[in-house]
Amino acid sequence: MKRLAKWRMISMIAIITLLLSGCGEPFLSTLQPAGEVAKEQFDLMMLSVAIMVGVIIVVTLIFAIVVVKFRRRDNTIPKQVEGSHKLEIIWTVIPIILLLILAVPTVASTFKFADVSEMDKKNEEGKTDALVINVRANLYWWEFEYPNEEIITSQDLVVPTGQKVYFNLKASDVKHSFWIPAVGGKMDTNTDNVNRFYLQFDEQKANEAGDLFYGKCAELCGPSHALMDFKVKAISPDEFDQWVADMQSVKEPETAETPLAQQGQEVFNNSCIGCHAVTPATGAPEAARLGPNLTNFGERSRIAGVLDHTEEELKNWISDPEAYKPGNKMTNAYNKLTPEELDAVAEYLMNLKVQD
Amino acid sequence: MHVEDKFTAETWPAAPEKQTLEGKNKFLGFWLFLGGETVLFASLFATYLALKDKVPNAEHALAKDLFELPIVFVATMLLLTSSLTSVYAMYHMKNFNFKKMQLWLGLTVLLGFAFLLLEIYEFNHYVHEYHHTFTSSAFGSAFYTLVGFHGGHVAFGLLWIVTLMVRNAKRGLDLYNAPKFYVASLYWHFIDVVWVFIFTVVYLMGMVG
Amino acid sequence: MSTYAQKKGFGATVWDYLTTVDHKKIAILYLIAGGLFFVLGGLEAMFIRIQLAVPNNDFVSAGLYNEILTMHGTTMIFLAAMPLLFGFMNAIMPLQIGARDVAFPFVNALGFWLFFFGGIFLNLSWFLGGAPDAGWTSYASLSMASEGHGIDFYALGLQISGAGTLMGGINFLVTIINMRAPGMTYMRMPLFTWSTFVASALILFAFPPLTVGLFLLIFDRMFGSNFFDVANGGNTVIWEHLFWIFGHPEVYILVLPAFGIFSEIFATFSRKRLFGYSSMVFATVLIGFLGFMVWAHHMFTTGLGPIANAIFAVATMAIAVPTGIKIFNWLFTMWGGSIKFTTPMLYAVAFIPSFVGGGVTGVMLASAAADYQYHDSYFVVAHFHYVIVGGVVFGLLAATHFYWPKMFGTMLNETLGKITFWLFLIGFHLTFFIQHFLGLMGMPRRIFTFLPNQGLDAGNLISTIGAFFMAIATLILLINIVITSVKNQKVGNDPWEDGRTLEWAIPSPPPFYNFKQLPLVRGLDPLWIEKMEGKKGMTPAEPLGDIHMPNNSFNPFMISLGLFVAAFGALYREDYNWGVLVLIVGMGITLLSMFVRSVKDDHGFHIHKEDLLNDDDKGGKA
Repeated sequence: MKRLAKWRMISMIAIITLLLSGCGEPFLSTLQPAGEVAKEQFDLMMLSVAIMVGVIIVVTLIFAIVVVKFRRRDNTIPKQVEGSHKLEIIWTVIPIILLLILAVPTVASTFKFADVSEMDKKNEEGKTDALVINVRANLYWWEFEYPNEEIITSQDLVVPTGQKVYFNLKASDVKHSFWIPAVGGKMDTNTDNVNRFYLQFDEQKANEAGDLFYGKCAELCGPSHALMDFKVKAISPDEFDQWVADMQSVKEPETAETPLAQQGQEVFNNSCIGCHAVTPATGAPEAARLGPNLTNFGERSRIAGVLDHTEEELKNWISDPEAYKPGNKMTNAYNKLTPEELDAVAEYLMNLKVQD
Repeated sequence: MHVEDKFTAETWPAAPEKQTLEGKNKFLGFWLFLGGETVLFASLFATYLALKDKVPNAEHALAKDLFELPIVFVATMLLLTSSLTSVYAMYHMKNFNFKKMQLWLGLTVLLGFAFLLLEIYEFNHYVHEYHHTFTSSAFGSAFYTLVGFHGGHVAFGLLWIVTLMVRNAKRGLDLYNAPKFYVASLYWHFIDVVWVFIFTVVYLMGMVG
Repeated sequence: MSTYAQKKGFGATVWDYLTTVDHKKIAILYLIAGGLFFVLGGLEAMFIRIQLAVPNNDFVSAGLYNEILTMHGTTMIFLAAMPLLFGFMNAIMPLQIGARDVAFPFVNALGFWLFFFGGIFLNLSWFLGGAPDAGWTSYASLSMASEGHGIDFYALGLQISGAGTLMGGINFLVTIINMRAPGMTYMRMPLFTWSTFVASALILFAFPPLTVGLFLLIFDRMFGSNFFDVANGGNTVIWEHLFWIFGHPEVYILVLPAFGIFSEIFATFSRKRLFGYSSMVFATVLIGFLGFMVWAHHMFTTGLGPIANAIFAVATMAIAVPTGIKIFNWLFTMWGGSIKFTTPMLYAVAFIPSFVGGGVTGVMLASAAADYQYHDSYFVVAHFHYVIVGGVVFGLLAATHFYWPKMFGTMLNETLGKITFWLFLIGFHLTFFIQHFLGLMGMPRRIFTFLPNQGLDAGNLISTIGAFFMAIATLILLINIVITSVKNQKVGNDPWEDGRTLEWAIPSPPPFYNFKQLPLVRGLDPLWIEKMEGKKGMTPAEPLGDIHMPNNSFNPFMISLGLFVAAFGALYREDYNWGVLVLIVGMGITLLSMFVRSVKDDHGFHIHKEDLLNDDDKGGKA
């Protein structure tokens, strides 16, 4: 009897899993988990759904019988029943058992996801063997610092697949929350402290998602909360190492090649460089890093996290950021650019690339 | 028994605060209110403990630098004594001795007022000697909010008791105002209990570091 | 009494309501004010759904959207759901326990006016520079960063209306403890009275933390303190704790009275006593108790650590047990009964599957490790709307139909009622069911727009269509109310004919003294017991005698008005010179009114025996 119930449970989980896994886009949906963390959370989700569907079926059965069978047909007074201890014990004990079935894996996973001990294990150089990324959330952009590799990037998080990636999370202005739905649950970026957790990116699933996962801010942070997206490039460890080396090779701002881009660089150095760095060095204090680092801007997937990565959209963005991200901190931080200057800056920025 | 009835010391009931339904309701309602007040102060204590000694830099005074036992000890004694005098007042209320009740209530008010003056002096001292103000640090905000909320309660309690005394000076005791005196004294005891916790949590624990 | 009111001019009636201390009239005031705010909150909901109907919509701007979503939540919770419940508690609970009024009629009026002025103050923000925009949770870092006065309106408005709610809670507690009719023991109290009792206890212990939190917010924003200023040693997580220590019990403050209403309706229209009455009472108390132990499940992603998360996860799951007990008891109340599908019963019946939906997603959310995915996504939005609409709003709509004849002496139209019901039910599931999936598919909550090509378009459109169904349903309900009031066909004591509890033993609407003679209660469902023995009404527990009643007073209005004025002073203190003056004047009005109340003798008045007899002759039975 018990085994039968167990099989029923498993088959129910299987059916529900099949039904749900068709939902959403592979780069965004929690129902198509693309990593160890998301997978475990998905399994927990399915377990709870299965238990709950069981409960719903029981309730629905009784409900249907009651509603059909006990309609008022004549004026007789039904028997006034006080209750039934037997029944009451049944529907107290069974739910407790069901909840225990859910509680045990819940507690286990909760502790597992909080295990960031690798982040504390330092080698001789004072660095961790594990890949650590410091995430700093700002109104409305994301900064990703790789402390071991000593590089900084923004908006597009680059990670290797198939290994645990550890995150230090914090916010520099108001509270945000760091969420890559397809890869794992979220963690808040507080203004008070640094939160830590890890994620793992699955290679095959990353391919299915076009190597690009969508990241979201999940905590209301102001008018453009909805637009505080980021993207995650999950690439193979080799490609990742290459990318790190390419980034590290940029020591000085690269000189633009075409005349137009050179003109753009000049404009950039006059108007933009106060907030935006074009080298990935980690030396500058956080307070001085007022805007996203643009070292590899030309290789990003979006402008400002949400616009298509084209020169046209870039010019739109620079000429009036407020129209695209209300309440952002870039508006009015620089003098208005002429159309020629816009063309030049766009040309310069779109050619900021570290990979050849 | 009705609220308008006139009484003598002989006919005055043993528990005058609970003789009428209104009195009973007031009695119970006020206890419940004090239950809510307890949660209010518990929240303030929790906030204080979370923010204790949380200052922006090393120049700011911490709890161990600020507090001095003598002044706090005197304040504590004043308030504890005022609780005792209000007990005497209620004793005389139950014995239908209006004059003596007023006298002891008057003493309670005087002691409470002295406590308040001392507290004002103490705050003033912190502000001028240590630049420890409501806006100087999170510690300052939490300290003045917790202790100030208590001080505000003391001030309101004084106002309340004085109003009752003045209002009933010519009327004397009856079943209409007996519950009012009673709950006012309950309130005063509550303030006292809160102070005992402030004394322990803020001052004693503050001084040991 | 309504006949008296009709004879009065309009002005006299208004004055009567401004000064009333009668629990039944205060109930009507709560119903009107709460209903008004409900419509307002509903309009805000429609704006939200229209904006999210299609991707990249620009129906409302980003900043305005945040104001709307904040006001939708705040209005619905504080100014609609709670006051409407307070309305029914005020109208029905004293009747159910056989009392002539609540324990503190004056404080009852004060509670209403505080709520009302607080709500008005909060909503005036729309016209005075912008509404609050940090969500109804108003998390500290964002609420500190928010510009303008919106958050100040939020903090001050809620502070004022919260004080009113706290008073109401204490009042109900004392009423139930001290003023039950002879024979009405605790274990004979109707479930609605029990749930009012537990909800009031929750109010008593849950509102003070909110009060403190709001004070800290007010001090930080208006008086320069540093509670939430990290640079000066502050900590924003304190706000999260204080808010949720209040916020979670608040959910039960809302839903327990709704449970109570449904318990009454199930028993009435099944013609059967509540199945497992004592376990229902036990479950209600247990839910109330556990409600205080689980607040941090709203903060699983804040970073409290695995130990705290695991403890709060398990504690949260535990709440499912008493809730499950209730569901099955309701089902078995109907089992073997003789069910009549009136409009209130339809809501009650539909409530079971709807609420079970909200309950099971609640258990899913309790699983902390999985909640990292659900948290702050549309899954949560779906969950709490299933609980609050499927539980509380259904309960309010059911109560509106069920108790309307008792409160106003005339029945709402059943046909229109059923149309409202079906439209609302369909609309509700259409709107919110799909939102579970939107959340799981990666849609965060509180976003003013979404980009196309993320797989979210269809779901959002469906959700918006559902919202329109609910809007139409509400409109039909309003039409129903107007038609019914115009027709005004009077009904007798027990218009549903299956009434079981004391409120159905007296005229509809009841005379202002409720019971001419206090009834003798001989068991659970006292009226039913008498009916089964062939009697028409209750046996009196006392001889006919004078009845002591409280006087009307304008003081509650003035005390509340003073705080309303003072709040403007506090708000504009730093902008204008007159701010401080207004603050002082406002506080002065309040203190002076309190002083007047304190100094003046107010012994109330007596209705004499002879007048009570006359009342009978005039056909006071309506």
